[in-house]
Amino acid sequence: MNPLETQATIDQRAAELVENFAFFDDWMGRYEYLIELGQSLPLIEDEYKSDAFKIKGCQSQVWVRAEAREGLVYYKGDSDAMITKGLVALLVHVLSGQPPEAVAAAPLDFLDDIGLKEHLSPTRKNGLAGMVKQMKRFALALSGVAQNGATTSN
Amino acid sequence: MAETLTATRAVFDVEKVRADFPALHQEVYGQPLVYLDNAASAQKPQAVIDRVRRYYEREHSNVHRGVHYLSQQATDAYEGARARIAKYINAPDARQVVYTRGTTDAINLVAATFGRANVRAGDEIVLSTMEHHSNIVPWQMLCEATGARLRIIPIDAHGDIAYGAFLSLLSERTKLVALCHVSNALGTVNPVADVIADAHARGTPVLLDGAQALPHMQVDVQALDVDFYCFSGHKMYGPTGIGCLYAKEEHLEAMPPYQGGGDMIETVSFKGTTFNTLPYKFEAGTPNIAGGVGLGATVDYLRALDMRAAAQHEAEVVNYATERLLDVGNIRLVGTAAEKAGVISFLVGDVHPYDAGTILDRLGIAVRTGHHCTQPLMQHLGLPGTVRASFAFYNTREDADRLVEGVRKVKKMFGA
Repeated sequence: MNPLETQATIDQRAAELVENFAFFDDWMGRYEYLIELGQSLPLIEDEYKSDAFKIKGCQSQVWVRAEAREGLVYYKGDSDAMITKGLVALLVHVLSGQPPEAVAAAPLDFLDDIGLKEHLSPTRKNGLAGMVKQMKRFALALSGVAQNGATTSN
Repeated sequence: MAETLTATRAVFDVEKVRADFPALHQEVYGQPLVYLDNAASAQKPQAVIDRVRRYYEREHSNVHRGVHYLSQQATDAYEGARARIAKYINAPDARQVVYTRGTTDAINLVAATFGRANVRAGDEIVLSTMEHHSNIVPWQMLCEATGARLRIIPIDAHGDIAYGAFLSLLSERTKLVALCHVSNALGTVNPVADVIADAHARGTPVLLDGAQALPHMQVDVQALDVDFYCFSGHKMYGPTGIGCLYAKEEHLEAMPPYQGGGDMIETVSFKGTTFNTLPYKFEAGTPNIAGGVGLGATVDYLRALDMRAAAQHEAEVVNYATERLLDVGNIRLVGTAAEKAGVISFLVGDVHPYDAGTILDRLGIAVRTGHHCTQPLMQHLGLPGTVRASFAFYNTREDADRLVEGVRKVKKMFGA
């Protein structure tokens, strides 16, 4: 499950997650799995838990940060709500360690297929849409930087 | 007296009442809906839905304008509703009931008219810590425009206003006390009769935000002797987008108009305009006619219901739910005021309210989570928010049982 250990593409990782979620035949199992995923999220350092890295429009607090290493983008995040943290972990699992251009272009429709559809409305107060937007924005910003060989960015 | 000897226990048939509310009879995620988000907005009885529909099907035209039959019919329906709403809150005259979009609009109206006319630099407006944003921000904006300032009544650990502190805030600088009748986040029923008497003793008028009161009790504005009373249709089982400002006539006559436009004028020329009489002076433009008509039907429904019996039933369900919730263990009640109406605000251990609300939602239980538009209150309590189960007279013990069962699941899932 550790994205750093695999060279799988965004699509492959997404398909793997869809498969894992399909294993549960009820919503409760899916939520428990989501919460469990949240525990494996690479945590953003406390000094970045500031407004600059906060995703707006969430009922809980959510922070996400990206950095580039060897041309790939890596994410860290956190949330004070466990379900939201699980949602961040889903995105990070699929997107971390990928080329920024691939992140920016990723359709991410796997979210539709994992049985958590109710979280996908852009008006829902978990900010999933906001997270995706922010993560793609980071990737776009890093795509230029990464090509120039810089190692980190905020 | 015979009345004191007989236990007065009104009869309230909750199943019969529930049958009047079609929205209650549906499933979400395959579960029968338990609707406990009434403080955000209440469901509507069929009589109100039918009345609005009939208005649009047969009676609609613009009001106060046409000489033709339909326009007269629409005007009669709209103004007849105003008269019945006025009677329901025991306003002395329908002229004193101004239609607004809701409570927020009513408070903004008072801030923009009474406020601009009476509040100057150095003056003070007294609010409480538990106010909804809609009873804070209009006053803040007024203060910014005039140089006045807000004075905030603190609350105690139970969620009651600190009454001594309130009294000490009153001074010759106080131009208005603006207070919620019932708190949307804590359920506290404020001692409004005392507040009004003590403010009046110092010559200070009082505005009450009644949005959360009318769904739970009948209000008599004359008995209260309140200066301004604001409420929303949708929270008292009526349509959205309609509400009222009741005010004493002396205030309404002295207040300058609010928005300019059609209907609020008497004569207009490019040299100047003379304004219409009460309440039209404050009602510019084509109003929410269907909303007014629907709110009229709402008070008819409530009048027929016996609100005292309804409130008694609701209080029993709320007490039952509170006790059963506490049995779950590791539950923190937020708001334990001496007198409460409709609301149980709580936390499940350290579980984030958003997590709890999400799981309850999947179980078919509609609650509100978050700050409930009372961020200063949440800052005071040091909480990111709460889970709020808010009840109406159509809720049952079974609803309370489902809530408690759901909270047990939340507790288990998040290890609280």
